[in-house]
Amino acid sequence: MQKKPELNGTLLEVKDLKVHFPLRGSFVERLVGREPGSVKAVDGVSFQLQRGEVLGLVGESGSGKTTLGRALLRLAEPTEGAIVYDGRDITRVEEREMRSLRRKMQIVFQDPHASLNPAMDLETAVGHPLSIHGVTKDKVDMRRRVSEMLERVGLAPADRFLTKYPGDLSGGQKQRAVLARAIMLNPDLLVADEPVSMLDMSVRAKILELMIGLKDEFDLTYLYITHDLATARFFCDRIAIMYLGRIVELGQTEEIFANPRHPYTASLLRAIPEPDPAKGIPRDLPRGEVPDAVTPPHGCNFHPRCPRAFEVCGWEARDVRDLLEERWAGMAEQEFTREQALIGDLDALDEVSEIARVPSTEGVRSRHVVELLERIRREQPETRLWKGARSIEEGGKEALIQFHEGLEPRHLVVDSVEVECHLYDDEARGRAEEHARKGRK
Amino acid sequence: MSVLSARDLRVWYGTSRGPVRAVDGISLEINAGETLGLVGESGCGKSTLGRSILGLLPRGAVIDGELLYDGQNLTELSQRDFRRLRGPEIGLIFQEPMTRLNPLMRISDHFKETLEAHESSLTDEEIRRRSLDALGGMGIPPTRFRQYPHEFSGGMRQRIMIALTLVLRPKLLIADEPTTALDVLVEAQILQILGDLKKNADTALLLITHNLGIVAESCERVAVMYAGQIVEEGAARTVFSQPAHPYTSELLRSIISLKTTELHYIPGAPPDLADPPNACRFHPRCPYAMQVCTAKDPIEVRAETGQRVLCWLHGPEEEIPPGGKAPLEREAIAVAEEA
Repeated sequence: MQKKPELNGTLLEVKDLKVHFPLRGSFVERLVGREPGSVKAVDGVSFQLQRGEVLGLVGESGSGKTTLGRALLRLAEPTEGAIVYDGRDITRVEEREMRSLRRKMQIVFQDPHASLNPAMDLETAVGHPLSIHGVTKDKVDMRRRVSEMLERVGLAPADRFLTKYPGDLSGGQKQRAVLARAIMLNPDLLVADEPVSMLDMSVRAKILELMIGLKDEFDLTYLYITHDLATARFFCDRIAIMYLGRIVELGQTEEIFANPRHPYTASLLRAIPEPDPAKGIPRDLPRGEVPDAVTPPHGCNFHPRCPRAFEVCGWEARDVRDLLEERWAGMAEQEFTREQALIGDLDALDEVSEIARVPSTEGVRSRHVVELLERIRREQPETRLWKGARSIEEGGKEALIQFHEGLEPRHLVVDSVEVECHLYDDEARGRAEEHARKGRK
Repeated sequence: MSVLSARDLRVWYGTSRGPVRAVDGISLEINAGETLGLVGESGCGKSTLGRSILGLLPRGAVIDGELLYDGQNLTELSQRDFRRLRGPEIGLIFQEPMTRLNPLMRISDHFKETLEAHESSLTDEEIRRRSLDALGGMGIPPTRFRQYPHEFSGGMRQRIMIALTLVLRPKLLIADEPTTALDVLVEAQILQILGDLKKNADTALLLITHNLGIVAESCERVAVMYAGQIVEEGAARTVFSQPAHPYTSELLRSIISLKTTELHYIPGAPPDLADPPNACRFHPRCPYAMQVCTAKDPIEVRAETGQRVLCWLHGPEEEIPPGGKAPLEREAIAVAEEA
């Protein structure tokens, strides 16, 4: 582990930041005035970045981590909330001004091949920031500065590299050049978006070591965006775990790894394939994938996949569809045909509602659907969804599953770790116990 | 019983810089129902080896040696014969599920097309049943059989791709980085599916990957490739706990895992295969290099721990010339060669 850096003051503060991308919607939708909705890539995120620290932003694809990183530099436009950089609110600063601010805020992307212009030699590419920002126009001075920086990042002797093109370099060498270009203007903040993910295993350590060295030498502050918990553990002072646009857990690295609070963090940690044949993959990992960010799940975003979800986590109609489809996958065909014959079009369940209206097929009484659902509950009582179900009743042509009221997880601090999960919320737990008690009566 | 056996297999690519020896004298067996992991870094030739088994080498590639499948030498097979083999005999799972399904075709049509191409005697009802069975095994519900690829998530598309491969019941399956584009949780699901494969069917699996963690979790046997050669091959447990080749042990040390407390890496970079180093390909980067390593090609031996290894540290003693074991005086590896 690295030693703790000296922290002196907040460099960046993000307050309840949202970045939504509006969907265009079809012509008809616009005609009837229906809102086409938006992709809620970042949906209410707050954190602070201390000077000199490395904060890891960890999440799966679709978690919004890349959008968040880009929004900090205003490469994606914030919809709501505030970004305060070095004491100054930059959320609505004009692009002109932003450009000069970006001398101090730099970003490195995942794919070094795509980050370098293939037609530009390294001298021009790495020296580009100097000419763009008018630091120097003097050819000799420029070459001197570029050479120094190339040697610093391990592209030595510089003379050999000045005239090279990206195509002549290996992946690791390209990422070194990209880092050189980012550091050229002596920035304060470096947002590194998966800087080692596309590199070979044996090269990753070299680039990480380089980044640690550069940080100490140039007093940098890093936001390290990654899906890889192993490098994050090694590299970061603190870690924020993102899921579907929200930070679900944030704390000191050792604490997060020793004692993950959020069920999502715990699942991620167990899923990492370790180079140790004695350790198999656990069988009980969350199923499914990160859901669509246009209509995120009701209540807690993670509830449909959560192994510990309970009464108040936000059960809804769409969860019933998942339950039925999961059941039918791999079922013997006869049985599937029999069950499917009772239930009508599952699209009826595609709505955000605490009442699931499970349609019966034309001519089938809703009583039969209720019976089927009750049988499923008896067969798989451990399925988390049933904790949320208050009642299953007949209702005309449908069977109605009424769920308990879902709650939005609140921002909590548990032993210095920030977490958004009902498991740590006494009020939510109390409410759930009440529901459970009433259910037993 | 071996499904596939390679003996002294070589594949060259002609380039402007001269021939690139991507596969350089490989011998390897894959047994029925086993999962063999083939690991190596980019450019070591592992994908070329996979492609040569499928007859998918690019034009201009030259193949030599023996590649026996079911009594036929695949190196001599025509493209026409390969077409009959690919699918029902040897299946392939690609890296990017997003781009491999036709966006204009329903999932049901993908299956219909595949099955009709290889088993023309099937009735529509049989096709439907076989498809739904394969999909069900991958956790795709029958209600979604008639949907289009865009209606599925990345992980589901990869499972559909696997079902589409398995529906033909191949004896050998080649999976080239099947989980690289996926997240850890989805990756774990796919690895479980591949792991269950050998329990339920007698399918042999060649899993090509750069991720040693994946190999550790899903393979019984592993072959480590470096610069076109297999430098070590043996039981996964042994190779991971007692690696015999210095490249394997250095690679294992340089992986950043949850247990990493200190960074380690292999100096230098993998060689240019158009102009590889003399004798042992790894000697310029090897911490234990000896005089003999620059002078004579290493000879394959069995290490005391049981794995096959291509390294002079394990002998054979009688082939090492006098003084050959003296450590190699090395000129510092130029930083310029760093990856």
